[in-house]
Amino acid sequence: MFKAVVIVKRRPTILDPEGKAVEQGAKLLGFNNVKNTRIGKYIEFFVDTNDREAAEKEVLEYSQKLLSNPIMEDFEYTIEEVK
Amino acid sequence: MKPKFGVIIFPGANCDHDAYYATKKVLGYNAEFIWHKERDLKDCDVIILPGGFSYGDYLRTGAIAKFSPVMEEVIKFANNGGIVLGICNGFQILLETGLLPGAMQKNRSLKFICKDVYLKVENKNTIFTSSIKQDVIKIPIAHGEGNYYADDETIKSLEENNQIVFKYSSKEGKVSSEFNPNGSIKNIAGIINKNGNVLGMMPHPERACDPILKRTDGSLIFKSIAENIFVNQK
Repeated sequence: MFKAVVIVKRRPTILDPEGKAVEQGAKLLGFNNVKNTRIGKYIEFFVDTNDREAAEKEVLEYSQKLLSNPIMEDFEYTIEEVK
Repeated sequence: MKPKFGVIIFPGANCDHDAYYATKKVLGYNAEFIWHKERDLKDCDVIILPGGFSYGDYLRTGAIAKFSPVMEEVIKFANNGGIVLGICNGFQILLETGLLPGAMQKNRSLKFICKDVYLKVENKNTIFTSSIKQDVIKIPIAHGEGNYYADDETIKSLEENNQIVFKYSSKEGKVSSEFNPNGSIKNIAGIINKNGNVLGMMPHPERACDPILKRTDGSLIFKSIAENIFVNQK
């Protein structure tokens, strides 16, 4: 079994209204050095196989087909074997 | 002959009854509900993907509804020239399926907005707009994620092919950021596919049909569809 973590992020060129709003809050709290806050999604799940290659393929396809929107998002993932 | 509208019901949709009511009870056409797990489009002439929050809008608006069994049939129907109208969440689903280009983001203000807006009709030469005589119509919006985005190349192609159908405007038809409720690129409120048979729009025409509500501009869209629907089949 493998545990996968997928992070989905808006492309850097795309405006992130949530990130901007949160950063306004940061300024109000006095975090004056905080810059370019971007908000993405953290998605974790398990892949029930012992074959690492098959697990990677499944994570990649799941991320491409459903978890991210290729028009404005990028994703990265990690997978680790768990007992 | 009366056209038959098929209104898809997705779990979480909440404007399906409005679309059914507007087309059947107010305008007097035929209408049927189609559950999202069905694969039979019941010989409908037009498919409506209604507004609401399919699958709770989890992950991204429309992302999960895209894989409902009925959508396979809707995509085939659209690719064969069938008329499909996506309203609000329905528009978001059309973007996710790729039947229309682009993607949706949260409103620039991060607020859910529910109010009447004016729309400049940019293209009256479509099966969805041919009965609209005036340049500007008034239709309500109700969405948290209607900030349309597409890259420069896509926008250029939409403009070149007259695919931008509605833009947010002033009452007089002035299109500027002042009248843009959600930050949508180029004030876009509705677009059509290249073949002209699939329209996606954020405003809710089904909520502006019944004279009792004192606004009826939305009915012009359904009337346009009804008038054009059998033309190509004759």
